[in-house]
Amino acid sequence: MRMNNLLIAPVIIPLLTGMVLIIFQKNIMLQRILSLVALLSTGVIAVLLMNRIKEGGIQSIQLGGWEAPYGISFVGDMFSALLLLATSIVAVGCLIYAFSSIGRKQEKLYFYPLFLFLITGVNGSFLTGDLFNLYVFFELFLVASYVLIALGGTQRQLRESLKYIFTNIIASAFFLIGIAYLYSMTGTLNLAHLSLRIAEIGQDGLITTVALLFLIVFAMKAGLLLFFWLPGSYSVPPTAIAAIFAALLTKVGVYAIFRMFTLIFYHEPQITHLFIGILAAITMILGGLGAIGYWDLRKILTYNVVISVGFIMAGLVSLTTTGIAGSIYYLIHDMLIKGLVFLIGGTIVHLTGTSDLKKISGLIRLHPLLGWMFFIAALSMVGIPPLSGFLGKVFTTQGVFEAGYYWLGGIGLLTSLLILYAMIKLFMNAFWGETILSAEEEKGTTKGLLFPIALLTVASVAMGIGAEAITGYVTQAAEELLNPNLYIKAVFE
Amino acid sequence: MKTNDVILKSVTRVAAVIILTFSIYLFMNGHHHPGGGFIGGLSMSSAIVLLYLSFGVDKVRENIRVDFKKLAAIGVLIAIGTGMAGVIFGKPFLTQTFGYYDLPIFGNTELASALIFDTGVALAVIGTAVNIILSISEDR
Repeated sequence: MRMNNLLIAPVIIPLLTGMVLIIFQKNIMLQRILSLVALLSTGVIAVLLMNRIKEGGIQSIQLGGWEAPYGISFVGDMFSALLLLATSIVAVGCLIYAFSSIGRKQEKLYFYPLFLFLITGVNGSFLTGDLFNLYVFFELFLVASYVLIALGGTQRQLRESLKYIFTNIIASAFFLIGIAYLYSMTGTLNLAHLSLRIAEIGQDGLITTVALLFLIVFAMKAGLLLFFWLPGSYSVPPTAIAAIFAALLTKVGVYAIFRMFTLIFYHEPQITHLFIGILAAITMILGGLGAIGYWDLRKILTYNVVISVGFIMAGLVSLTTTGIAGSIYYLIHDMLIKGLVFLIGGTIVHLTGTSDLKKISGLIRLHPLLGWMFFIAALSMVGIPPLSGFLGKVFTTQGVFEAGYYWLGGIGLLTSLLILYAMIKLFMNAFWGETILSAEEEKGTTKGLLFPIALLTVASVAMGIGAEAITGYVTQAAEELLNPNLYIKAVFE
Repeated sequence: MKTNDVILKSVTRVAAVIILTFSIYLFMNGHHHPGGGFIGGLSMSSAIVLLYLSFGVDKVRENIRVDFKKLAAIGVLIAIGTGMAGVIFGKPFLTQTFGYYDLPIFGNTELASALIFDTGVALAVIGTAVNIILSISEDR
């Protein structure tokens, strides 16, 4: 048995640290240091896990030594480990940004513990091998996000947080109903065991219906078509929080869809995966229209989150190694880049005091570094080589074409043009033109804010230029996803 | 207006003791029978909440000087700490162990590491439940 306690560490470390921070609520310096240490060590563990999975295949642990499927399994495959690493990088960036932007009051109101609980939930969702535990970890990061989104308590925040909470509670209720259905039909909730049982009895109409129920639940969380709540909710919290939401929360929904529809419900792709494809196509088009239509900086960025969710799903629809590898590339790229552009967008709002693009102009004269980093991020989102978005776009499109979904690939490429238009519109309006604000008139400074932005830019550029280094990992992740037996074997041996 | 709550106070004086005793029974019973840290903690917090309701927040705060937020955090730390003990001995996380010992009063008793875990759970539940009620009562 490949028992590996390392798997539990990415969940335990932030949880423990968060609890310690609640006890030392008043000591802000300690809070900052400890949360940074916790997130950095999770990152290190993610790298260790990646290498161990590369050598020994998928790792698993049965908590308390109770054998699967009776006990609770934690499973780490390459896909999870890559996402863990990306999560840690983005979280460190957003945390450092929060140091100099979130404000004393919020820091004392349990910002750091909540941030760490959010990461606990996200990491746990990536690693758990049990459907009910997936629900628990979803709730964990959702509860943390409910508080974080309302932190500060302005009227707009409370209004949007209410919508956000209602949407998520409804989705969670459906999640539970789906779990109940699945349990009554298969008698198990262990993901590997579910996969085994459904493969044995066949995926009949009823199971496919439940699969679609799960799809709706996760689509709501991921912002796949059901993204009506997203532009509002993601534009109200403080910048560091909005950035971590945009980078991570929808991606957990994306992860759940990938896991469910490669490990469990993979028998009827002509129904389920085609449906995902249609949702993805509509999502990309609507998101693209939103991104080019709005003149509000935050709205444009949130609609970009929506587009990328659609694009990542396209790779899943193809069910080819190339397509899924492309999706994984793009998913990791998107976590980094969405954290990055939200931090930059928040900094622009912080400097100018407005998010209306028509009132912002010529920032590049006083903030050249910010401007050019935004330009790099924009090009990367569009997929200009050699930046990080390029490989994801190429592989996903190639995989989708290989599988014969020409319309989906075509829409994916078309929306790249829409992203290009939206991002260049943002760049031209915010950074070029006449400088209307002098250094004295600006509402804030970029002191302490540029370092985390630079950190994420470097990470993103490194991922693009050093793509060779992670190709092996990504391909392995895609192969593991397409071969459910590897996952099952890792849990039951 | 001052409400007449003589009955509530008199009942609480007796009931709180009974509930606290029963919650400890539930807590200790939990290893092999229905009960355990969660339900024990929950019934204990119901006793504490009853005290708050009948004697007022300030009065109880004078006598129970516990920060329930920190209590919850400490509870979780204890629970995870017990889980980590298994890791140190090279077993999976949350592995528990037990043994039989001769104790002076109880005789031959089974002691399990799950008891410490359950203590953590109970503290976390008490801290959270009481804290929720206290937050609602702080009408700001």
